[in-house]
Amino acid sequence: MKIIVCIKQVPDTAEVRINPETNTLIRDGVPSIINPYDMHAIEAGLHIKEKAGGNVTVITMGPPQAETALREAISMGVDSAVLLTDRAFAGSDTWATAYTLAKAIEYLGADIILCGKQAIDGDTAQVGPEIAEFLDIPHISYIRKIDEIKDNKIVVQRLMDDGYDVIESSFPVLLTVVKELNVPRLPSIKGKMAAKKAVIQKMNAADIKADENCLGLKGSPTQVRNIFAPEVKKDRIMLEGTTEEKVTALVNELMRLKCL
Amino acid sequence: MLIRIDKDKCTGCEACIASCPYDAIIIKDGKAEINELCQMCKACLSVCPEGAISEVSEDSDQKEKGQGRGVWVFAEQRDGKTAVVSFELLGAGRRLASELNTELSAVLFGCTESEADELIKWGADKVYHCNDEIIKVFNDEPYAKLLSDLIQEHKPDIVLAGATPIGRSFIPRVAARLKTGLTADCTSLDIDKETGNLLQTRPAFGGNIMATILCPFTRPQMATVRPRVMKRGEYDEKRKGAIININADNIKSRTNVIETVKEASETALNLQEASIIVAGGRGVGGPKGFEILFELAEALGASIAASRAAVDEGWIPYRHQVGQTGKTVGPKLYIACGISGAVQHLVGMQSSDIIIAINKNPEAPIFNTANFGIVGDLFELIPLLTKKIKEAKGL
Repeated sequence: MKIIVCIKQVPDTAEVRINPETNTLIRDGVPSIINPYDMHAIEAGLHIKEKAGGNVTVITMGPPQAETALREAISMGVDSAVLLTDRAFAGSDTWATAYTLAKAIEYLGADIILCGKQAIDGDTAQVGPEIAEFLDIPHISYIRKIDEIKDNKIVVQRLMDDGYDVIESSFPVLLTVVKELNVPRLPSIKGKMAAKKAVIQKMNAADIKADENCLGLKGSPTQVRNIFAPEVKKDRIMLEGTTEEKVTALVNELMRLKCL
Repeated sequence: MLIRIDKDKCTGCEACIASCPYDAIIIKDGKAEINELCQMCKACLSVCPEGAISEVSEDSDQKEKGQGRGVWVFAEQRDGKTAVVSFELLGAGRRLASELNTELSAVLFGCTESEADELIKWGADKVYHCNDEIIKVFNDEPYAKLLSDLIQEHKPDIVLAGATPIGRSFIPRVAARLKTGLTADCTSLDIDKETGNLLQTRPAFGGNIMATILCPFTRPQMATVRPRVMKRGEYDEKRKGAIININADNIKSRTNVIETVKEASETALNLQEASIIVAGGRGVGGPKGFEILFELAEALGASIAASRAAVDEGWIPYRHQVGQTGKTVGPKLYIACGISGAVQHLVGMQSSDIIIAINKNPEAPIFNTANFGIVGDLFELIPLLTKKIKEAKGL
């Protein structure tokens, strides 16, 4: 079983704030991490390898410093890592990102491709399904459990709003995973040693035989027009006084607003 | 467009680095450089004290704008029943269609014709309707193929779908296939008066920032839209429209749904339909604290929600969670008790009509979003509030 896990290095968004006056991000000292959902995808890859045999490769598209994320994945036990890096990838939206990753996966070959359900910086959840479409393979999103892996098919549970669907698919298949699927393992001492020594395979646009019109900004149908801070309500009323007075005032407001 | 740094002007002061949401600016040989993570968000342009960062347009960059006409809404269903988000999309779609002076169509897979008729009453001029066996249950490939084929045949200008597990899973395949842009989980949609382009606004970075996205050169412009954010259109019993039946011949699926299991409780479903919600956060202090919220909820006829903090503590099940990683709700009245108001929670409830915040910390950010605020101890305030509401209602 050849398994590829797509990961993304992201800023730890819980700590990102916007300065409402300048409309710019305040991110001094915000650390870069592996996208948390991708950690569950890595764990799923290692789990499938342990059950069905094979090898696990992590792949990421990003600047040279994204190598840190790949080494972290190796410390968890993945076999090899590929960094897609090229100035031509600059400005990629989800379409161009998925195209680029799909070209690399086509080159490397895979039976199972795993992605986190979404990245916590963009929150789009689009790259996984788009990769599957480019590769012309089926995909299943929001996997919360892997029921069965056989030679020619996999059975999984897909999380839905009102419960879950049990779905089977042929190989190759792309799966996006939710955090309920597993608990990512911690790096082992042996893994950390391996991560230090590992040679990260670097690939550029020419290596993956990509069409340059489909890459980066040129290949991206969407553009960010502007970014801004979320709105703050200005007309709020603070109810003051004793507990009794505050509650009475609130009940009166609720009656006035016909909420009771 | 491209962002360029004038190396002669750049002093290597690093002011731009902190402004970049995407880690796309690095210092190399004492000068700033833009790397491949750049998303052209232009956040850095105004930051440079030397004016060394500018936006340059490349002529070769201009792509053909396709000939799109009409606004389409993908109306999803589960068990043959149209999902509520479809009516919200028709509300938003109707507004966009009027601004563009064009027609509004819906696409419905796997329902009877009477459900298609409902979509017309909710505002659609036309419904493309397919009820073949292969699309009765949701599988990504047949849905993506059938919708892509329809779009290629009729060339709409805009296609909207719900940002639900279904929409967010198969719509990206449609966009990939059609080589057009897709914006995820939009919370606001408008038409740019000058260009007629769709302005698609969405939260990013866990709701810490909002971004407006354009798809200027390819058609259709596609977006998934967050449920419970758009207002439904007007229901008109007498509205007439056309139902166009299509079939799904020669469409295959390599995935197969073996079983569908319902798990969500009544509460979870009620939460998104609720007109009043009482929500608790870390300040509630434990499962016992939620008991007094349940009493208030009962007096009000409200549903119970929780912030992630309370769910993570194990005080209340996940299905009650509201926020970026939980449900998005839009009730008439939302009472936030002991919730500090992290932005991740706010994105899940800020479209509520009236928000009341009760918190003992006067500095809690929840007060910035609230219409009414009370600073105080919720263990004193809530039982008294419950009592007075019962009195007011004559219970």
